[in-house]
Amino acid sequence: MEKKDLKEKFKALLVTVGDAVLVPLLAVFTAIIIGGIVIAIVGGDPFAAYKGLFQGAFGSVKALSETGVWATPYIFAGLAVSLAFKGGLFNIGAEGQLALGAVASAWVGYALPQMLGFDLPWFIHLPLAIGAGLLFGFIWGAIPGALKAYTGAHEVINTIMMNYIALNWVSYLLNGPMKDKNPLNVIARTPLIAESARIPPIFAGLRIHWGFVLAIVVAFIVWWVLWKTTFGFEIRTVGINPDAAKYAGINVKRIMTLTLGLSGMLAGLAGTVEVTALNYRHELGFSTGYGFDAIAIALLGKTHPAGVVLAAILFAAMRNGATRMQFLTQIPVDIISVIQALILLFVAADAIVRYIYRIRRSGGKVVLTRGWGG
Amino acid sequence: MSDENDTVLKASGITKQFPGVLANDQVDFDLRRGEVHALLGENGAGKSTLMNILYGLYKADAGEILVNGVPMHLSSPKDAIKHGIGMVHQHFMLIPVFSVTENIMLGSETAHRKNKTESVFATLDRKEVAKIVSELSNQFGFQIDPEALVGDLPVGVQQRVEIIKALYRNASILILDEPTAVLTPQEAEDLFRIIHELTLKGVSIIFITHKLKEVLSIADRITVMRAGKVVGSVTPAETDEHQLASMMVGRDVILTVEKTTAQPKEDVLKVENLSVRDQRNLETVRDVSFHVRAGEILGIAGVQGNGQTELAEALTGLRKSESGKIWLSGHDLTGNSPRAFTSSGLAHIPEDRQKHGLVMTYTIADNMILCDYYHPPFSIKGVLQQNALDANARKLIANYDVRTPSPYVDAGKLSGGNQQKVIVARELSREVRLVIANQPTRGLDVGSIEYIHKQIILMRDRGVGVLVISAELDEIMSLSDRIAVMYRGEIVTTVDSSAVTREQLGLWMAGIIPEKV
Repeated sequence: MEKKDLKEKFKALLVTVGDAVLVPLLAVFTAIIIGGIVIAIVGGDPFAAYKGLFQGAFGSVKALSETGVWATPYIFAGLAVSLAFKGGLFNIGAEGQLALGAVASAWVGYALPQMLGFDLPWFIHLPLAIGAGLLFGFIWGAIPGALKAYTGAHEVINTIMMNYIALNWVSYLLNGPMKDKNPLNVIARTPLIAESARIPPIFAGLRIHWGFVLAIVVAFIVWWVLWKTTFGFEIRTVGINPDAAKYAGINVKRIMTLTLGLSGMLAGLAGTVEVTALNYRHELGFSTGYGFDAIAIALLGKTHPAGVVLAAILFAAMRNGATRMQFLTQIPVDIISVIQALILLFVAADAIVRYIYRIRRSGGKVVLTRGWGG
Repeated sequence: MSDENDTVLKASGITKQFPGVLANDQVDFDLRRGEVHALLGENGAGKSTLMNILYGLYKADAGEILVNGVPMHLSSPKDAIKHGIGMVHQHFMLIPVFSVTENIMLGSETAHRKNKTESVFATLDRKEVAKIVSELSNQFGFQIDPEALVGDLPVGVQQRVEIIKALYRNASILILDEPTAVLTPQEAEDLFRIIHELTLKGVSIIFITHKLKEVLSIADRITVMRAGKVVGSVTPAETDEHQLASMMVGRDVILTVEKTTAQPKEDVLKVENLSVRDQRNLETVRDVSFHVRAGEILGIAGVQGNGQTELAEALTGLRKSESGKIWLSGHDLTGNSPRAFTSSGLAHIPEDRQKHGLVMTYTIADNMILCDYYHPPFSIKGVLQQNALDANARKLIANYDVRTPSPYVDAGKLSGGNQQKVIVARELSREVRLVIANQPTRGLDVGSIEYIHKQIILMRDRGVGVLVISAELDEIMSLSDRIAVMYRGEIVTTVDSSAVTREQLGLWMAGIIPEKV
């Protein structure tokens, strides 16, 4: 590659990255300022509150570990929603896909050895448990994907409805056939999964587990598939311009179905990892809106895998640090919801941020090509 | 009709810098009462920038604008409208589900409230506005029903609604941006008649275009722009098409395509009794049969909307046909996918380059492999080969004269002509046996048209079969070896291009069926 073009490519990259990073950063910054004002209005000390929040999230080894634990499902679910966005689809069904993935992994984790009558080695049992979660997530995404591709039924409606079906099924299973039979148990939850189906922690004594590392690796794989492979080219082309995709000979319907299926698979993985690496069982109500926070995370991360990882860690830090903030300053953890809502608002309506900080939209309507060689 | 002292608009020294390009460089422009002043130039020459400055959409970096001798500071279209400047954009700003009257009221509704106290809850005075619309319509011979829904009106009439909208806001200066681009020849004639009526009533008109013929027939004065500068101003009497084209492009332009006699060989495309339905399930292509031979260009002439779009879609696999057969190089491809067509040797230059031909937010390099991304050298074992992609883009950019600073510029940032060159480069550089080019030069400037025509003829001379579909008679006449005329979904006749006149074709296109030729 010639030097001039490298420079051109670098410049283009800088503009894209600058534009992609600047607005989310300023959105977060603005939300934190306004959040501070809200804290002050209700009689708190915003500086003390944010200090507590920061300490709670990053202030100790344990805090860091817990932030990583929180971030793990956020990354998987954020990637799920982002992948669907890249394919031009809006997956609101991450919550249901996640719950089904979790319950499937839990079943393989505790019931399979009992059924077989013997213990499985971990290198068979763990992949099976994870595979079950992937499979159910995939199916739960591919169904609304196929409905969209072949009948035109909108995926927003269908992923929401699939959420209800999944969540009610899970509720039935956890209260009925899959409920922990231990006479002392009154909670709707499965028995503990076998040791051989568990993802181990990274350090003894801390909850941070290899699932977090897996999440980072998966983020890289998603990026690689989207931008470096033929399949990713097809997904992105269908996402941006289905008409051109059809013209290019891409099987648009198949790609749509697969995209939402893979999106569901990533969401299912979020549930799977929570079961196999953290809770060692599935419990009703463990997922308090990961699937919905994932939409905010995907948007804040500009649907780019790297952005999703950063946004997920930010959301995790706020959720994790909030407890210490409340303990130190008596400001309720709910202030975090206010800040998250503000972030989402500013990212979704980026014109506000652009107006406040006078940022010009890059690209725009300027024709770049005139004046070059006449 | 007009003289120097009657200047209604005068812009001097207008300069506008965009990042990386000087869009307007010391531009002087003036308009006299009751004249049609054409602004001619290639895409990207700076015409639209200048008009957007006059209409208050952009702010000039330097320069002065005088309206009726008074210096003006236009900071928004509202200011422009206040000073009697109206603009009809190329893409109409109308709401299809509103009536003509409602569309015209839109944006200045409250002007007709009955009394000031009702400011918030004023009722819309449709009757009053409808009356004014009728008056304006009669005065200028517009023939518009104020109650009609805009969505039901033909494009030519919608354009008149836009003009009335401007007149309703008391515009005495009217900017028409490429007004004939969307019109049939008949509608264009009607528009010219209306423009004439308007000038008689003292309205001054700026007519933006890149079509040479219509400029010569309608303008009182012609100003030519190139690369952000005014090249010169002339009157139709003292110039001709050839001179205007050279002024626009900056070099000598060959307006008629030079080509030798065709050497046709075997059939590459054979269509038998093909019928196709459109989205509304109407049969828009009816029982069509024809063939294209290797080494010849078959032109399909016809007024837009006579089934050409559906025919092209059926011939490229984008639309299923109702009945009939399609053979490409001897293979029956009826009902096959677009990929089956392209891999059998079809190159398709689609009618709508932004919808089908390009992914606007992809780089040029990515767009240049849009149809070939899945096989070597661009993809090996499912992984995209960046080096092959890069080499391909560089080769095609050089060979097909795409003007771009780098292969990694988004296609959407190119001018229309360069966008089309990207498509032409991608399609014609493949191993092809048949080229289907649907409206290959629509909306392009003279230089690009010349270039694309040359490429199409080059393909023919290399022994490729070419099917050109176009609503531009000149294009059909100059490219085709044989011409088929389509009317209401049927091919009414097929003739040798040397044995037919423009007028004769025009009649056939209008449905006046010929005796068997």
